[in-house]
Amino acid sequence: MRGITKRFGDLVANDHIDLTVEPGEVHALLGENGAGKSTLMNQLYGMLQPDEGEILVDGEKKIFRSPRDAISAGIGMVHQHFMLVPVFTVAENIALGAEEVRGGPLGWLDRRRSRRDVLETSRKYGLPVDPDALVENLSVGSQQRVEIVKALTREVDLLILDEPTAVLTPQETDELLAVMRSLAETGKSIVFITHKLREVKAIADRITVIRRGRTVGTASPDTSEDELAALMVGRDVSLEVTKTPADPGREVLKVSGLIVDDDRGIRAVDAVDLVVRSGEVLGIAGVQGNGQTELVEAIMGLRPLRAGKVELEDQNLVGRSTKQVLRAGVGYVPEDRSLDGVVKDFTVAENLVLDVYDRAPFGNGFAMNPKAIQESAREWVARFDIRTSSPQSTVGTLSGGNQQKVVVAREMSRPLKLLVASQPTRGVDVGSIEFIHQQIIHERDLGTAVLVVSSELDEVVGLADRIAVMYRGRILAIVSPDMPREEIGLLMAGITGPGQEAEDSE
Amino acid sequence: MTTEAPAPETPPAPEKPPAKAKEESFLNLFLHNLWSANTVTVTILSIFLALVIGAVLIVISDPTVLSTFSYLTSRPSDALTASWDLVSQAYADLFKGAIFDPAAVRAWIDGSGDWKTALNPLSETLTYAAPLVFTGLSVAIAFRGGLFNIGGQGQAVIGTITAGVAGFAIALPAGLHLLVALAAGLIGGALWGFVPGLLKARTGAHEVITTIMLNYVATLFLGWLILQSGVQDPGRTDAVSKTIASSAVLPALPQPLRVHLGIVIAVLVTAAVAWMINRSSFGFELRAVGVNPPAAKTAGMSVGRTYILLMVVAGGLAGLGGAVQVLGTADRLTGQVAGNIGFDGLLVALLGRNKPWGTFFAAILYGALRAGGNLMQVDVGVSLELVTVLQALIVIFIAAPALVKTIFHLRNARSARLGTTMAKGW
Repeated sequence: MRGITKRFGDLVANDHIDLTVEPGEVHALLGENGAGKSTLMNQLYGMLQPDEGEILVDGEKKIFRSPRDAISAGIGMVHQHFMLVPVFTVAENIALGAEEVRGGPLGWLDRRRSRRDVLETSRKYGLPVDPDALVENLSVGSQQRVEIVKALTREVDLLILDEPTAVLTPQETDELLAVMRSLAETGKSIVFITHKLREVKAIADRITVIRRGRTVGTASPDTSEDELAALMVGRDVSLEVTKTPADPGREVLKVSGLIVDDDRGIRAVDAVDLVVRSGEVLGIAGVQGNGQTELVEAIMGLRPLRAGKVELEDQNLVGRSTKQVLRAGVGYVPEDRSLDGVVKDFTVAENLVLDVYDRAPFGNGFAMNPKAIQESAREWVARFDIRTSSPQSTVGTLSGGNQQKVVVAREMSRPLKLLVASQPTRGVDVGSIEFIHQQIIHERDLGTAVLVVSSELDEVVGLADRIAVMYRGRILAIVSPDMPREEIGLLMAGITGPGQEAEDSE
Repeated sequence: MTTEAPAPETPPAPEKPPAKAKEESFLNLFLHNLWSANTVTVTILSIFLALVIGAVLIVISDPTVLSTFSYLTSRPSDALTASWDLVSQAYADLFKGAIFDPAAVRAWIDGSGDWKTALNPLSETLTYAAPLVFTGLSVAIAFRGGLFNIGGQGQAVIGTITAGVAGFAIALPAGLHLLVALAAGLIGGALWGFVPGLLKARTGAHEVITTIMLNYVATLFLGWLILQSGVQDPGRTDAVSKTIASSAVLPALPQPLRVHLGIVIAVLVTAAVAWMINRSSFGFELRAVGVNPPAAKTAGMSVGRTYILLMVVAGGLAGLGGAVQVLGTADRLTGQVAGNIGFDGLLVALLGRNKPWGTFFAAILYGALRAGGNLMQVDVGVSLELVTVLQALIVIFIAAPALVKTIFHLRNARSARLGTTMAKGW
């Protein structure tokens, strides 16, 4: 790719980027969210067309008008959000878009042949998939494997993986890295988009760092993590969360025997007992989808619970509305920022009072006080260094990191007894991660009890004073953050003792 | 301090002036209007396009003019002149019927005509517009809260019934009687809105379905009710109710002007709705629920309660529209008393982009087209249906801003989201 430039209105998403990928190479594309990695790869995959610059495949200039063109030129892509039809089988999903048909354009689907193709590819690259399984029944890791097999059946030479490890357990990540390595050995090239430095160092042959739409450097895997982070962010950042030892006080949140079902009525949280004390951070580690979401929603009154008790300083929270829970002194940073955290069409100022709009001084049950809202917004924008042209801009125009700062600022703007932060730094740039972590620790030092849920093990280890590992709705163990990562990783995969796997099949 | 740094660098320089806090609200308002000039442009161009297509339809529907096109190649001037004459006269009538007739105004100044004739077109426009303001606001406010209130018609019909019955069945002193009748219309519509709101909040029943069904119930109920003794006019055999007592009729200008107090109430209610949406706590809730229900729920708002309250407010507005129609214009209940005001309210809200004042002016435009259309039909013989076609075309172009932009090569991607606002409700 040469001199690729892509603009969206005034925003230059890619500014004359050059990128060369050699055969058999794992090329990592490293950059913060919004740096332009995905935009660049979407152009290579034909989903977007560059405004300037050219794409050369094997020295030949190509113009990709659609992914179909890209696939026929030997380029495949596995998206961050899987493009699979849940109610189709693996073989059907893989055939989708390149169906084998007998008897003309309106003929029958040749299911047998698609099935055979899947098995063949799967055997050839050592990627076990069951062609007859329904995709909705597969784990996230297996779904990703299906996506990879799907790309490989199209006989691609270059495979683009967009943030493939975001949804995987540490073990699944290791497996994926091994697969990538073996694919590279068979001569396939891989572009690996990520912002996780550890993985980049583990697998990449070459690293291109992109910042604000420009290539800021090419590095070898020997470069230290701090140097890579500095390249990504454009200044020195500290990856470690600096904090003093916790000074735990009274029990603030006490959860006992909590049982919660998910939306489908399947047990998501199974008899969980937890205690969070004032002045400490309890981290919940676990791969996404092991009941953390439901646990937090039950505490917040967003989801009915089947059994159990939730107490906030002897005050019962069960059966309370979300408003009452928030009023009782609980701050909540929801995991899905754009869905639950902010109203994107609202201004920064409005979002900063989203859950206190009807309380003094911002308003009452009848009218709102725009002046007080403005003044407070100005103060919090300054204090949290929220990068916005004005508190009157809509939140949707802000970067992910700044949107998250709005959410965190809102929740910390009132006195709290308990702060519940779910995935507090998901989709947030490195610079803002550092800031949000500091704020969480600051809140802890004020004596607030903090419950942090994160599927990023690094984050939990960095923030927490105690770590509860959650697996299939249960707390498997409560460990110290000093425990080796590998052991916590095993717990996250449900392995409690040596060689022993906790009921792996459903 | 770091916040201040990036602000001046941003390319759109007009952000710079609002440095002083005092001026900010006014300047922001001004900039906002400037920014949304796109919307205004698209609206004006939509009306223009509709008029162009309307002109073609006028020509096609007139056999005499159409026949001149048969020899277009030999004598093009005939066809062009004839078309131009017809179209310009039709649109001139539209204008004269809706705003003012220069001849009548001149006569008034000379002293040969009276002021009533001169003001009659405006009076007609406002008479038609008044109920549409209410039904338009009903749809618009529901839309801001993420609900697609197709039930404006049914709520307005119930409003006419409760207001009408209160108008002839009870005896009260003038003034008080009017207030009671208006309140009856408001409450009737509110109840009719409450039902789908409750169903939506409790069972998730889609308000589009329930409100459409309730439209039928309301219309057929009206048809049954006016034939019942006590309601039907004793001196009549057809489906007409008793006449509203004069103490409950909205005060109007002297005959033949028909414009009544309803339009004044419409202005006040528009202001109230604008305040409610933008400044009240309930408005904040409904806007949050409208664009992002999960975030509203997470922030502790009760989505179901907001839906119910919102439908009550929307139904009340439409009911008030029905009340204004029956107490101001119709003076008695008939099967068609509410006309089409509920459904026209949908289009008015769309044309006004679900903003209170936008809806108000859209209703005025609709009223003007309707009033002007009457004269156009009488004078040049162009069917009144053309007005309906014009109204529909305007809405189609507004709903497809990309089309308008392509036709006029407008370059601005920012308002590309305009078209999607309507689809969001589904």
